[in-house]
Amino acid sequence: MFNDRTAKFLLLAALVICVGGAFAPNWIVNQFMFGFSRALAILGLMVLWRTGLVSFGHAFYFGLGAYAVAILDSKLGVSDVFLRLLAGAVVAGVAGFLIGFIMRNYRDIFFAMLNTAISMVLFGIVVKTESLGSTDGFAISASTIFGLAPETKYPLFVIITLVGLTAALAVNFYLKTTFGKLTTAIRDNEIRVEYLGFSVAHAIHLKYTISTILAGGAGALMAMSLGQVDPESMINWTVSGELVFVTILSGPGNVIAPFIGSLVFEVLRTYAFELAPQAWQLIMGATFLTIIFFLPGGIWSLIEKLGGKKNEK
Amino acid sequence: MRNSSSILKVRNLLKTFGAVVAAKDINVDISQGEIVGIIGANGAGKTCFVNMVTGYLAPTEGSIKFEGAELVGLGTRKITHAGISRSFQVSQVFHSMTVSENLMIALAIANNRGADALGLMDTPDLRSKLDEVLKRYKLEPQKDATVSALAQGVRKLLDIAMAVVSKPRILLLDEPTSGISVEEKFDFMDIVMGALKEDGVTVLFVEHDMEIVERYVSRVLAFYQGEIIADMPPKDALADKKVQEFVIGKEHHKKKK
Repeated sequence: MFNDRTAKFLLLAALVICVGGAFAPNWIVNQFMFGFSRALAILGLMVLWRTGLVSFGHAFYFGLGAYAVAILDSKLGVSDVFLRLLAGAVVAGVAGFLIGFIMRNYRDIFFAMLNTAISMVLFGIVVKTESLGSTDGFAISASTIFGLAPETKYPLFVIITLVGLTAALAVNFYLKTTFGKLTTAIRDNEIRVEYLGFSVAHAIHLKYTISTILAGGAGALMAMSLGQVDPESMINWTVSGELVFVTILSGPGNVIAPFIGSLVFEVLRTYAFELAPQAWQLIMGATFLTIIFFLPGGIWSLIEKLGGKKNEK
Repeated sequence: MRNSSSILKVRNLLKTFGAVVAAKDINVDISQGEIVGIIGANGAGKTCFVNMVTGYLAPTEGSIKFEGAELVGLGTRKITHAGISRSFQVSQVFHSMTVSENLMIALAIANNRGADALGLMDTPDLRSKLDEVLKRYKLEPQKDATVSALAQGVRKLLDIAMAVVSKPRILLLDEPTSGISVEEKFDFMDIVMGALKEDGVTVLFVEHDMEIVERYVSRVLAFYQGEIIADMPPKDALADKKVQEFVIGKEHHKKKK
């Protein structure tokens, strides 16, 4: 698990980031927390993308993770960061596993839009339900760590970094297993996979469930980082679009890519908003077009080109 | 041709698509180790027959028994697990992956039918099996090449090699030499049939090229309008009047004489 270049780089990068975070100003710590939280969801979408599937509805699972944290906090007073994270990932994973029985039968635009439809159902329910916070959402209390309430955000930053590291290592390992190798194989030729004696439906179901667990975990971490959840910023279709945007920006080449892409997205959005508060979407759109035209393999493909090496698949 | 040692027994097979009858009254027994050529004009029902045996199409009526077990109603995966494998007229491979990666996936699935699919794929055991397959199918020079960059003949070889790694008892090849040049076709078939002979696999292959049929098969099934019109050794089949008229074409046969 730890003996390839990607794993070694991840371990070293996590160490540097955790140490560097102790000396970094708050705004940088915040950017990393938001970026790495979202990167978990991107990691899951990357697994789906490698299989040839794009979901325009993973805000459903992102939102489920975030709202699981909010409801645990407001109704049961649970503030432990690990319990909150676990709840977000489990709730989204169970929902993903059940919905996966439907999704595994669809491909292309049908897969993408069916996910959107399901996410909009949840959006509609939350917006119309007072007990779920309606359009206002919930404020979330600061997370505790084994009963201790940290005074700064640094401990949460370290936990998010380590969760990101664990998820990246796990997905990196998964991509080297037979199941993981079947991502590209299924994208290339489902007929051959079936005639080799392997169930494409089962493989897609597993990949979908993995992606939903990661999206739920991402939502939970984002909710804890922001201290606030609301349907517009957690479940709406624009959030799904944002996740797809960052996935394309990152590229599917390596598990490191989602973390870089997500950070670039955070920085880009922050500066775009600062430079042009009325037209920041224009800057984001132009960036998206540039990536599609000149870097269809995302930022990771640029890193590969600069490094002159092929990615580890 | 029927006998008690048949591993594949097909009885009264019928396939219709609305009013169109694609296959009818198909009764055939295949014995262990036979090399059977399936010939016929386009639309005669050859590929339809292959598709029914491998579960791609469900017969409208009839029975297909493999080693005594009924195959009708089973999906493609279960038929593969039972011991029947196939290649395709247009090679079905993973085009964005290398030859080695294609074979490694096939080997990994064949090794444990995916039960251990969450284990690492690239193990020393699979690597040594990969080397063996690459050698047997003479794919070593292309092992690191991406499939989309390869010639049709190499893709066909890979397609067949992937179908065989699960060690099937019956292999169905759908037009293995289509798209392969005249100069290369015998070399290609020598590699394939040589490798299959070592494994003792029973082979049924659809073929339009009568030179290939004459050279490699021990028995011919000639299809015409969904029915088998001849089931005999290749020399007899090619001399048969019905086969000459409906499959080969009289003129072609006269020229050859």
